[in-house]
Amino acid sequence: MNIVPARQAFSRSGSHACDSIFLEEVREIAADVAAKHATDVDINARFPSESIDALKRTGALSAFLSPELGGRGVSFAAIADACRELGQQCGATAMVFAMHQIQVVTLARHAAAQPFFGEYLRRLAAEQRLIASVTSEVGTGGDMGSSVASVNPTESGLSFCKQAPTVSYGGHADDLLTTVRRAPDAPAGDQVLVLTHREQHTLEQQGTWDPLGMRGTCSPGFVVSASFPAEQVVAEPFSTISPQSMVPVSHILWANLWLGIGTAAFERARSFVRAAAKRTPGTVPPAAAKLSQLMAELQLLRGEVRAGLAEYVEHFDDPDWLMTVGAALRFNNLKIASSEQVSRICQGAMAVAGIMGFKNDSPFAVGRHLRDSMSACLMIANDRIHATNAGLLLVAKDI
Amino acid sequence: MQSSIVAEIRQILSDHARLPIDIHAISDSDDLYDAGMTSHASVNVMLALEEAFDLEIPDSMLTRSVFATINNIHVALSQLRQAAAA
Repeated sequence: MNIVPARQAFSRSGSHACDSIFLEEVREIAADVAAKHATDVDINARFPSESIDALKRTGALSAFLSPELGGRGVSFAAIADACRELGQQCGATAMVFAMHQIQVVTLARHAAAQPFFGEYLRRLAAEQRLIASVTSEVGTGGDMGSSVASVNPTESGLSFCKQAPTVSYGGHADDLLTTVRRAPDAPAGDQVLVLTHREQHTLEQQGTWDPLGMRGTCSPGFVVSASFPAEQVVAEPFSTISPQSMVPVSHILWANLWLGIGTAAFERARSFVRAAAKRTPGTVPPAAAKLSQLMAELQLLRGEVRAGLAEYVEHFDDPDWLMTVGAALRFNNLKIASSEQVSRICQGAMAVAGIMGFKNDSPFAVGRHLRDSMSACLMIANDRIHATNAGLLLVAKDI
Repeated sequence: MQSSIVAEIRQILSDHARLPIDIHAISDSDDLYDAGMTSHASVNVMLALEEAFDLEIPDSMLTRSVFATINNIHVALSQLRQAAAA
C-alpha cells in the first residue's frame, strides 16, 4: 500500500522560504508566549492555552498541510524544528504541538484521499482544530499494535468504547484519533484509526493528573465512548500506517522536543558559568570543565536526533523500507537513546549550576527541565521498546 | 517437491504462529494476520523458517507482506533457495 495520496495533502518538500518564515514565527511564540507562561503551566498542571492559541493564530496547527488544503506547505523537517524551538521554552507546549502534528501528518499521508478526511483536513486548517491521540489502552501492556476495544455496528452507524490509561490534552481537544480493532470479531492486531469530533464522543476522566513533569499536557486516563458514521474510519489498516508514519513521526517529534529541553537546560548551565566567570575575571570557573562534558552529551543527542530525522526524510516516500525490521529498529533506537540522553543532560546541567540550578526561583533554574525530561523514558516505557527490539534483532541482518 | 515445502511451512506456522485456529482451516492464500498471527509471533515464524530451510532472510524481505500468506512465504523461500543454489 503506497503512502502517496490521490490528492496532494502535503508539499513534498516545503520551500526554504516558507519553512524559514514558519520557524521564525514559532521561535517568536516560543520566546514571547510559551516562555512567559511555562512556570505557571507547570505549577498549576494547566493546559498551555496562551501558546496553543498563539500557534493557532499563525496557522501552525495545519502548517504541514498543502496550501490546497488550507495549510502552509511546510516540510516535515520544519515541523520537527518547531518542536525543538518550543521545547526550549515550554515542554508542555511542545508536547501538545508534537502530539497534534503526529495525527496531522499521519492523516495527510494515509487518509487524505478519502472524501471525509480530505474535507476534515480542510476544516482543521480553517478552524485550527486540535486533535488528540487515543492509542494506549488498558489491558494491552503498552502494546500500541494491539487493541481490546473494537468498532461495533449500531443502528445508526458505528461505535466504540475504549479505556485509555492516558490521553494527552484529551479534555482540550476538538477531535480524537483512536486506534481500535476493526470489528468485534477482529484479532487484536487488526486495527483501524477512527476520527471523532467533540460532539460525537464522551470522555470520562479516570483518576487525577498530578505528575512530576510535563504537567501542562493534562493527560489523565479516560474512558472514551464514541458514535460515528463509517466514513470516519481510516481505510488503510493501522498495521501499515504505524510503521510508515505514526511510530517514526512520534519518535522524531518527541526526540526533537526533548532536544529542545536539553538545549535549554544546557543554556542555563552555560549562563551560570558565564556569570561566575564574570565575577572572577582571569580564572576559568571549575564548573566550566563540567560544562564541557555536558556539551559533549548535548552534541551526542543533537547528532542522533538530526540523523533520525534525516533517515526518515530520505525514506519519506519509501514505504517498502519503512516497513522493514531495520526501519523499526532505527526509529525505536532513536526514541530510547534520546529519552535517556535528555535526562542525563538535564541532570548534568543541574550539576553545573548547583544550588542555583536546584532553586526554582533562580534565573538558572533547571528543575522543570529535569522533571519534564523524565517523562521521556516513560512514554512509551523503554523496557517495552527494548523487548520489541530484542525480538526484531533475532531476525534483523543489516543494522 | 513443491508440496513438501508448503507442508513444512504449514508445520512451522502451526508450531510458531500462535494461531487460534487449526492450520488446516487456513488456505494457502488466507491472510495469516487476519487469522490472528501477531507481529511478535511472525518474528518466531521467520526464525523457524530460517532454521528449517538453512537460509538467511535478508532485511528487504523481512516485511509484513512477505509473511502475510502461505503462498507469499513459499514464493519468498523459493527465491532465496534459487539464489543460494546459484
